[in-house]
Formats: sequence, C-alpha cells, structure tokens
Amino acid sequence: MSEVLINQILLAFMLVIAIGVLYQRNLFAAAMLMSIYSLLAAALFVVLDAVDVAFTEAAVGAGISIILALGTLALTCGEQKPRPVLATGPLLVVLLTGGMLIYGTLDMPYYGDPEAAAHTGVASRYLQDSANEVGPPNVVTSVLASYRGYDTLGETVVIFAAGIGVFALMGRGRRKATRKVK
Amino acid sequence: MFSAAIIAIFITMALTLARALLGPTVYDRLLAVNSFGTLTVLLIAVHGFLMGRPAFLDIALVYALISFIGTIAVLKFFEYGDLGPGERVSFDEEQE
Repeated sequence: MSEVLINQILLAFMLVIAIGVLYQRNLFAAAMLMSIYSLLAAALFVVLDAVDVAFTEAAVGAGISIILALGTLALTCGEQKPRPVLATGPLLVVLLTGGMLIYGTLDMPYYGDPEAAAHTGVASRYLQDSANEVGPPNVVTSVLASYRGYDTLGETVVIFAAGIGVFALMGRGRRKATRKVK
Repeated sequence: MFSAAIIAIFITMALTLARALLGPTVYDRLLAVNSFGTLTVLLIAVHGFLMGRPAFLDIALVYALISFIGTIAVLKFFEYGDLGPGERVSFDEEQE
C-alpha cells in the first residue's frame, strides 16, 4: 500500500516536471529540470527494485546527459526560439505512440505475479539444473556466462568499443593540452 | 516513524520542485537541483529502512557522488562559460 503511494507521488512529481520543461524557454533551466526528472526516475526504479536500471539512470540521465547538454549550450544559444503554438502533426504522432504503448501494457502481467512468463519459463530450470548442466554454484554466473553467453559476448563487445572510443577522444584532447602548457 | 520521515521528505521535495520550476534566477534552480539530489539520497535510504532492506544504502551513497559531480560540472559551466579542459583563465585571474 505505502509502496504504491510512494510510486504515485514520484510519478506525479515527474509529470509536473515534464510539463514544466515543456513550458520552459530558458534551455539552461530546462536542463536543470531534466536532471531532477532523471533523479526522480532513478528513485522510482529503486522503489520498484530495479537497482541496476536505477544506477544507469542516475549515471547517464542525471550525470552525463546534463553535462553534455551544458556543453551543447556553451556552443549554442541558451534561449529557445519561439515556435508555433500547436503543431498538429507531431502531436498526432506522440498521441498515437503513447496510445500504442498504453495498449501494449494491457497484456503485461501484474506486478509480482507468480504466473508471469518470466517465472514460468526457463527460470525454474536454471535454478534446479544449472549446477549439473554448467557447474558453478552461483546461478547468476551460470546464466550470464553459459545460458546467455552470446548475449554477454555482445555486451562486452559494445563496452569494449565504447572504451576504445573514449580513449580515442581523450587521447586527442590530452596531446593538445600538453602542447599548450608552457 | 520511517513513514513520517518519507512524508516529510516528499513535502520538502514538493517545496524544492516549486523553487526549481518558479525560480527567477539560475542560482535558485541550481540550488534546487542540488538539494533535490540530497533529497533523493535521503528517500532511497529511508525507503530501504521502511521496506526492511537497508542494503540499498550503498546506492544512496553512489547517488550522492553522482549528484556532487553534476553540481561541479554546472558550476564549472558558470565559471568558464564552457566545459573545456580548464586551461582558460577565469574572469578573476584575467583582472589581475
């Protein structure tokens, strides 16, 4: 009961901030409001027990994207240009997408439903047979390294590529900086 | 007792939100974002104790660190006008 109430209050805060961002012309203030929005989303994920998602949301949403937005504002202008009052086409697209998403949630199982597909599928086999089939006593290790091995390989490739990209970007910046320092 | 603490945090969050939405100057908004980060940390910590799982306290600590880094970035933006590597002289040093 209290958890549902906490969720609803957090969602209400997020709604207020989203409307505030829409009506905000000063882009710096909009970036600040989006930071609060990300913090609220992260808190909501923690309340919903999705701790790993909450970590990502806090680091990416409240951390890096706000810094990137500020860097963009430093290069461009800080005020939004006036726009048409009602843009019918984009409004229709947004309403259609939102309606389809809400329609999609109707098929979802209830929160914590033991009959949900995630609990009746392969999970019980993982829990019971992974010690014989794979070996490690830790089920999470078996799932990540064996049952979903290709998935983990793909994730590792993505992280490796991102690391190479960061090194390429930072390496260039550092050479430039050392040349300038007397 | 934890419920009362959560209600108090929510009321403070609402007040901070009002300042972030209405705040006439950017400094009001910056302060609102900073205190909202602190309030999120508090909310996660108190929620962990309310639900009987204080293990989530570590997450609250990481949030405090992220919020601090974000505030540093915003302040750097104010001081230098961009997020450059820091080789620019600030306005005060130029005056000397």
